[in-house]
Parts: sequence; C-alpha cells; structure tokens
Amino acid sequence: MPEPQSSDGAISPAGAGGAMDLAMEEGASLEKNPAGPDGTGPAGKPRSLWSDAWRDLRSNPVFIISALVILFLVIISIWPSLIASGDPLQANLDDAQKGSEPGHPFGFDPQGRDVYTRVVYGTRTSVTVGVCATLGVAILGSVFGGLAGFFGGWWDSILSRLTDVFFGIPVVLGGLVFLSVVTSSTVWPVVGFIVLLGWPQIARIARGSVITAKQNDYVQAARALGASNSRMMLRHITPNAIAPVIVVATIALGTYISLEATLSFLGVGLKDPAVSWGIDISAAANYIRNAPHMLLWPAGALAITVLAFIMLGDAVRDALDPKLR
Amino acid sequence: MGRYVIRRLLQMIPVFFGTTLLIFLMVNVMGDPIAGLCGDRQCDPATAAQLRSEFGLDKPVWQQYLTYMGNVFTGDFGTAFNGQKVTELMATAFPITIRLTIVAIVFEVVIGISLGVVTGLRRGRPVDTTVLILTLVVIAVPTFVTGLLLQLLLGVKWGIIKPSVSADPAFDELLVPGLVLASVSLAYVTRLTRTSIAENARADYVRTAVAKGLPRRRVVVRHLLRNSLIPVVTFIGTDVGALMGGAIVTERIFNIHGVGYQLYQGILRQNSQTVVGFVTILVLVFLAANLIVDLLYAVLDPRIRYA
Amino acid sequence: MRGATQVRWAACAVAVALAATACGGGDGDGGGSSGADGIVSSSWGDPQNPLEPANTNEVQGGKVLDMVFRGLIRYDPKTGEAQNMVAESIESTDSQNFTIKLKDGWTFSNGEKVTAKSFVDAWNYGAALKNNQKNAYFFQYIEGYDKVHPESGSASAETLSGLKVVDDLTFTTKLTQKFSLWPDTLGYSAFVPLPKAFYDDHDAWLSKPVGNGPYTIESYAKGSSMNLRKWDDYPGDDKAKNGGVDLKVFTDNNTAYTDLTSGNLDLVDDVPASQLRNVETDLGDRYINTPAGIIQTLSFPFYDKEWDTDDARKVRQGLSMAINRPQITDQIFQKTRTPASDWTSPVLGEDGGFKEGLCGKECTYDKAAAKKLIDEGGGIPGGQLKISYNADTGSHKEWVDAVCNSINNVMGNNKACVGGPVGTFADFRAQVSTQKLTSSWRAGWQMDYPLIQNFLQPLYYTNAPSNDGKWSNQEFDDLVDKANAESDRAKAVTTFQDAEKILVEEMPAIPLWYQNGSAGYSDRVDNVALNPFSVPVYEEITVK
Repeated sequence: MPEPQSSDGAISPAGAGGAMDLAMEEGASLEKNPAGPDGTGPAGKPRSLWSDAWRDLRSNPVFIISALVILFLVIISIWPSLIASGDPLQANLDDAQKGSEPGHPFGFDPQGRDVYTRVVYGTRTSVTVGVCATLGVAILGSVFGGLAGFFGGWWDSILSRLTDVFFGIPVVLGGLVFLSVVTSSTVWPVVGFIVLLGWPQIARIARGSVITAKQNDYVQAARALGASNSRMMLRHITPNAIAPVIVVATIALGTYISLEATLSFLGVGLKDPAVSWGIDISAAANYIRNAPHMLLWPAGALAITVLAFIMLGDAVRDALDPKLR
Repeated sequence: MGRYVIRRLLQMIPVFFGTTLLIFLMVNVMGDPIAGLCGDRQCDPATAAQLRSEFGLDKPVWQQYLTYMGNVFTGDFGTAFNGQKVTELMATAFPITIRLTIVAIVFEVVIGISLGVVTGLRRGRPVDTTVLILTLVVIAVPTFVTGLLLQLLLGVKWGIIKPSVSADPAFDELLVPGLVLASVSLAYVTRLTRTSIAENARADYVRTAVAKGLPRRRVVVRHLLRNSLIPVVTFIGTDVGALMGGAIVTERIFNIHGVGYQLYQGILRQNSQTVVGFVTILVLVFLAANLIVDLLYAVLDPRIRYA
Repeated sequence: MRGATQVRWAACAVAVALAATACGGGDGDGGGSSGADGIVSSSWGDPQNPLEPANTNEVQGGKVLDMVFRGLIRYDPKTGEAQNMVAESIESTDSQNFTIKLKDGWTFSNGEKVTAKSFVDAWNYGAALKNNQKNAYFFQYIEGYDKVHPESGSASAETLSGLKVVDDLTFTTKLTQKFSLWPDTLGYSAFVPLPKAFYDDHDAWLSKPVGNGPYTIESYAKGSSMNLRKWDDYPGDDKAKNGGVDLKVFTDNNTAYTDLTSGNLDLVDDVPASQLRNVETDLGDRYINTPAGIIQTLSFPFYDKEWDTDDARKVRQGLSMAINRPQITDQIFQKTRTPASDWTSPVLGEDGGFKEGLCGKECTYDKAAAKKLIDEGGGIPGGQLKISYNADTGSHKEWVDAVCNSINNVMGNNKACVGGPVGTFADFRAQVSTQKLTSSWRAGWQMDYPLIQNFLQPLYYTNAPSNDGKWSNQEFDDLVDKANAESDRAKAVTTFQDAEKILVEEMPAIPLWYQNGSAGYSDRVDNVALNPFSVPVYEEITVK
C-alpha cells in the first residue's frame, strides 16, 4: 500500500507532545514514497489512492447492490412508461383516497389519481432534485469549507462569515423571494435554490474536517517537505476529510427531496401540474389517520432511494479509507 | 486564545449589518404588504396610502433601512401590523424556543451519540441495521406526520402528555416536541458518529490503548469518542440555527408560539420589522454557536490551536 | 388566572365534601366551575389588526367585538334577521334621512352611559382618514364622507356632516343616496358605540377594550390568550349563560382540534379539513355544520381584452358547467360546502333574496354541453386556464386542483387548467387589486350584513371596491340603483334578483359553493351554535 497506509502507521496515541518526532518518522516514509518505483512515472499511476479505491469498490457487494438500485431509478426516471401504463395526472374524484384495488395496486390519492403511476412518474423529478441538489451542495460546500479550513486566517474569516449570513436566511423567506419571480417550469430553479441555501452546512462540516485533517502528522510532514497546496489538499487531506461530508450529503439527499415539497407547499416550488414524491408525501400527510396508504408508497420510494445512496456513500468512504482495509 | 475570541466577536459587526440589510431588502422585494391587510377586498386607496406612510413604506428603501437601524440602536425593533411591539414578541418567543432547542440538542447528544457509538462499534450487526432502518423512516416520513402521530398516541389515546403546550411551557412539556424536532438531526448525528467511530476504531492509538490493557469503556470514551466528535460537534453547531428558526412544523403541531412560528407569520404577512428583528437575533446566535464550536475543536483535538 | 384557579379548587373541595361531583377533567386551561359560572375555553386566532371596531375586518377580531359590544342592530344568531338592540327605532320617510332613537338604560361596562354621542363620535372616528380604520368605507353612504375621507389629499373636515346629535338618546343621519335597507347594515361591528376612554387613553383601551356587550375583558395577552368574563350588570336581554370565555390562540387549527378531542378545550370553531372524515367518530353529535354567509367564486379579468368578449362569455359559462360541484363538495370538503346555484347565500333565506337554482343549467355539471360551449367560444383564452390562489392560508390547493381536474376531464386535456399558487395572501391580493392577473383567480366573499345587496353591489357594480375583475354592465348597475331606492323591502329584494339574473347571462364570476361554518365541542358544554357569520354564539353556551 502506498502512502496513506504509511501515514496510518505513523499515527499513535494523540498528543501534541509526540507530534514532532512522529512527524519525523512520517517524513521519512513519505520521502521514500515519491521515489519508490510504484509512486511515480506513468506506469505507477494506477496504483494511486483513487484507482485503489475504484478497484476496491468493484468487488464490494454493497456497492454493486446500491449501484444497481440507482441504475434502476435512473432508468425509471428516463422511461417511466416502462413499468407504468397510466397517466399520473388522470383524476377521477370519485376514487379519492380509495385503497388498493385490481389495476391500482397502491390505491388512489385525494384527487383520485393512481398512486402507483404517480410514484413511478415522480421518480424523475425527485431523483433529479435530490441528486443534483446534493451534488451541488456537496461540491460548493466542500470547496468553500475546504478552502476556509485549509488556509485559515482571513480566508477562513471571510468565507465563514459569509456562511453565517447565508445561514441567517430563512428557507421560507428565501423561497418566496427567489423562487416567486421564476417562471421556468423545470426543476432547475428549485435545485439552484436548495444549493444556494444548503451549501453553508456542508461548508461547516468540511471546514471542521479539514482543520482536523490538517493537523495530522503526515500532512505537517508533507508541508515541511514542500508539497504544493493542491497536492496536499487532493492527496492528503481530501481522503481523510471526506467521510463526514459523504455522510451528511447522503442523508441530506432525502431531506432535499422533501424540501422540494415544502417549497411546493409554499406555492413557489415546481409549477403545476408537477408530479413528485415530495408533493405526494406532503399531500398525504394530512390524511394520515384515514388513508395511510397514500403516504406509505411515495415515502417508501424515498426511503429506498436514500438507502441506496447511504450504502453507496458507505462503500465509497470505506474504499477511500485505508484504515478499514 | 483571548485575542482570537475578541477578533471573532468583532467580526460579528459586519455580519450584523450585512444580514440586516440583506433580509430587509428581501422582505422589501416581496412587495406591498398593505393589500393583505384588508381581507378579500380592496383597501380603499386613501387608507392604504395613509397606512403606507404610517409604516414608512412610502419612503425609498435605503431611507427605510436607515430609519430602522437608527431605531434598533435605541432598542426599538418596530411594531408588527397588529400593533404589538417586536421586542415584546421576541421576549415571549425566544425563551420558549431556547428551551425547545436545548431539549432537542440534549436528545441529539444523548441519543444520537450513544446510537452512533453502538452502531459504529458493531458495524453490520443487527443493531446497526435496525438503526439504519429507523434512520430511513425518520428521513422519509415528514416531521409533520411523526409529530402528529406522537401527539395523537401520547396526547389523545394514552393521555400521557397534553397535546398542546401551555403559553409559557416548562422543559418537561417540551420533551415530546423536542424529540420530534430533533428527529431528523438525530439521523445525521447517529450516522456521523457511527462513521467517525468506525474510522477511528482501527486507528493505532486505539489499538495501542487496547494493547496497554486499558478497560474498554475508557478506551471508547476517552480515546475513541473524543477524537470522533469533531464532525458531530460541527454538525450540532450548524443545527442550532435550523432548530431555532426552522421549527415551524413542530411549533405549529404543539401550539408553541416560538421563534419559528413568529418568523413564519412575519414573512407571510411581509412585515419587515418582525422578520429583520428575529433574523438578526438568530444570526447573532449562529455566530456565537460557531465560535463555541471552533473553541471546542481545540478542546477535542489539542493539536488545534488558535492564535 | 391563578386566582380563578384557586377559587375553582376551593369550589371543588366544597363540592366534593357535599357530594361526589366530578371536578376532574377541568384540567384544561379554561376549565372553570360548572353551571352558570362555568368558563368555556375556545380556540382563537391572533387578530390581524388592533382591536378597534372600525379596524377589524376578519373573523378572529370580530369574535371578540361580538362578545364585548352591542350596536344599534343585532342579527338574530339563528335567522340572521336584523333586530333592534340598542336602537329603540330607526325611522325614515324618504329612505335617505334616518332618525335613530336609542333605548334608555344602556351603559358601558365602566359605568359610562351609552348616548347618541357615543355613536356619533365613534362613527366619526371610524370614518376619518387620519385614523387609518380599514372599515372606513362602511360610512361611505353618510353625507360628508368624501370630506373626512377623500380619495386623495388630506381631509377637509373632521366630522361627517350627515350626522347630527339631537338629544342624549336621538341622532339623525343623512345619506348621500337613497338606501332603504341601510338600517339593516348597522349590525356590523364598525357601527358600535365607543366610550370616552377609547379617545382619552387609546393605548390603555387597546390593551383591554371596554364595551357595552355581555362580556368584559378580564385579561388580554396579545398573541396568546384573552379571558372574557360575564358582565353581571349587562343591561341587554341576551345575558351570558356561562361564567365567561377563555380564548386561546392556536398556531394551527389541527392542534386546537386535537386539544378538543383530548378534553383540554371546549370549543373549536373551525374543524380542519383533514379531520372531517373522522369527525363523527371523534365527536359524535358534538359536531355542527351550518351554513354561513360566505360564497366562493372564480373571478375573471375583464380588464384583459381576451376575457371581455362575447366568445369569452360562452367560455365562462362552459367552464361553470364543467365543474362538478357536488362531487368536489362531497369528496374534498366532506359536505362542509354546498354547491352554489346563485351568487348569494342560503343564510339570507328566501325572503332575504336567496334563490336556489337561480343560476340554472349554467351552474350544473354537464360534460357535453360544457365542452360544446367552450369550443364554440374559441377555447379558453390564452389556451390554458390558470386559477391563482394564495398558498399560505386556507388550503386552497386541494379544491383548485379538483376544479382543474374536473375541467381537464371535460376538455380531455390534462393541462387545460392548472393551479397558480401565490406565496402570500398579501402578494395575492396585491396582484388581484393591481390587475396583474391575466387568467382566473379564486375569490371568497364573507358578508358584512345579511342583505342581498351586500352580495351583489360591492362585487359586481361598476368600479365597486371589490369588483376586482373590473366587470361593468349598465343594465346591472341600473337595477341595483333601482333596488336601493325601493322603499318596499320585498320589491327591493326582487329587483336585486333581477340584477342577479344578468350574472347568469354574463357569468362575471363562476359561483362555486356556499361555505358552511363547522365547529366541534366537548361534552362539558351545551347549546353550541354558529351564527350566520360562522362565529359561535358564545353567550348562549351553557356549561354542564
């Protein structure tokens, strides 16, 4: 194993006192690495941390299962008619809130629309909103938070205070202000809005992780050896700081899918007639006492999606963490 | 350390002005609030004009902002449309919300971290899977439903709690609302702790500690947990804001007249005075929370120092 | 409150000593001793405006005014008929000059006598522009209104020239036009008398209003609760039959309902839609659902040329016939709405001008005819009907979606009609009143007084204050003028109905349904009823 493992070997009982001589040891191992036959040169590239992680992933059953579920969701998003023949907007009010019956396995919603068809057709919107918003938030947040944590000082002050101001914007107010002027009927304004208000949280998490990772002896050693900032960030800090970001992002994915519904509830989300799990979940919430089936199915779909991404996140994180090998 | 804290406190000043200006502009962009005051009919133009001048809405935005800030520095946060002083609203709403937030955070810390430690040490075992399923339920089922069901079961069916809290609720009344409020955050805290614990459990200092023959409990609490808490503490720090200002659903279900509810009302009625006042205080709370979190980093990881 | 609680416990202790009377269950905040001194606890919403009579235009503030004040006229809680209250007589020979005589013996709860001046000063206060009273337009028919409340610029007079105090118990009113039914409008809360304290120490009065009604305000915590107590020396004949009412502000009517089912609250006067399916199981016969003077309609923009054509008229009629009203009132509203077949309200009664079926086939669901009419009219202007509504209050989304689905099914096109939510009520009203909307919007009208005039003139008369769509029809205007000048009540009503028939032809607004008031109550209380304004008749409630 290349450098992360050697760095792993260097860490021993925490304490500021021991840091110095440990760093020396670390430095020694690091020094060996770039010079080593598998660390440099085009031939050695595949043995990098990232390619190792990829190899690891391919043989991980958890990864394979979650990837298959996600692939399924993507296919359904693109061609919902593959598994649902009806029209998600077709309503017959006389069927409102009815339970399961032949041809309509999941029953009907308060407007008398088929719940099964709506769950299938809602996949596209909900998965797009969830995945894109999460990616946007994770990238933007990691970059800002990472920079603040890595450079510290004025960078940190300015970026952190900026996140404070964004934290201060209530979702309701932000939604009413930013989204009520939008006329586009696509999901992108909603995605953009979630990214705009969501990034500060990931930024804080990333900043905290980077601050901790920065203290690791091998990072100090790499710095002492004159490694460039970008190299340190990509090769030393990211793999060690990414776990909390992945954890928060995978859970946030589920909450963003619900947040889309909150925005629709406020009248500023997706333009009618929109079909999404979130909208159906929030519509069903009012009928929980009389027709729980309306909540069960879209919420179940949401849970499976989140589960797939949590598993995926776990697998990726494990693959990136040399200590768990 | 002392200098660091002072520097951070000084930074609150620009954030204070930035936020108030931003929120003030945002509420203004929402448009004319007067039309909403006359119910389902048109305000007669003369009264509407008179009301606008009384609330200062006929002046340019920058002038409104300056007047408002001038008043804020004399302790006058303005009045809501129903004639109630905003300071009065804040004086009733904030203590309740702070209590609710404390309850929620205690739940996050106690339940969330305990579950995180247990699942982190027993990855892949039944207890881990059970907690994962609970996590999924909490994420997929809206707070509204969990709150409503708890209220129905505990409040109406079994009569253990009162479905709605009193006007000035004490901590014990806020236990159930606090749990509902904390539920989604619990999922985050549990997963974060679990991951950190799992990651650090194989670290050499833990192996060393075990090899030294330290009791397991001491290893977990002193060595493992302490080093795993930084992401968790960060998350809880960011969550304070969400808990205080965003508890709209929970506050509505349990009839808590707290900050989330008042803020929501203020926004819907487009009352800039209420909204700016509440948000300003909230931002100051975030700043304080973040400062505390940053100071905790140094406590949890002695290698981190602040100049 | 604490004092009251202690008294209650003392009373309970005595009662327990005498007989095993149940004092349990009085755990609720408003729980008082039973019988004539029992306190009713009731749900409330935070009033939107300060509690001045001429400034309160919504039902939550109206509730309080209804308990604390009595005006010249009072609408019978059951029939809605106008009856003299403080007034001895209101007479006129020409439908324009009225002489109002007061009954002797009325006082405010602070002891001050209710005189002609109490009324005249209050009305002058309400009408004056400088006082920002949102109900000022109620005084618009009184001569001199344009001086104290000009449309623009500052007032040139302080008082209404049409009001004259004759003696302690008599005053006269001169109107700007003939309006035979004017006395019937005086039951509205804007017309109540005010004591001197209102002007002398306004802030103190606002924090604890003093009036001449059956209840006095014991304590008022803004935003959370108000405790009203029976006024023992109340001179009227509708004395409170309970010891008082504790109003409690709820953040959500669902919470109030849950509190009611768990026995912590006695009365909820707005049962949330999501609970209607289980209300019978929860409450049994302690659920009331009675007509209220509220009608919901869809309005259209006549300032937009596309909608102001003869073709568009056909389209509107077609749309009206495309809405399956009974299905929606059954499924979405669980019969708390009644399908509308005219533009008024059942609470007016046949004599008052309500006429079931006046709209006829134009308001009856007929799929084929609807589609034919819409197609004849060249389809929906703009290609799509967008029904705007405010998303923040009133849960309009569900019925708007249902109306759209009904239209879509008729048109065979799932995008023929969509909902257009607007974030806040204020923004929605701003868009409506500044003519920004280019398609339909939801409109709700709650009557101010039970007169057919109130359902027609403010909404459809040319340039009337609530004629948001700017519809204008000379024939309709003429008939309204004629009806107002008619001194015979029955004739006036039929003339108004003639005017209403023009609405069938022109369909300026599609009538949807009449709204009911719904309420649930605990088994502690009895004799609960809602008046035609969907406000509980508090003074009649008895505590077991």
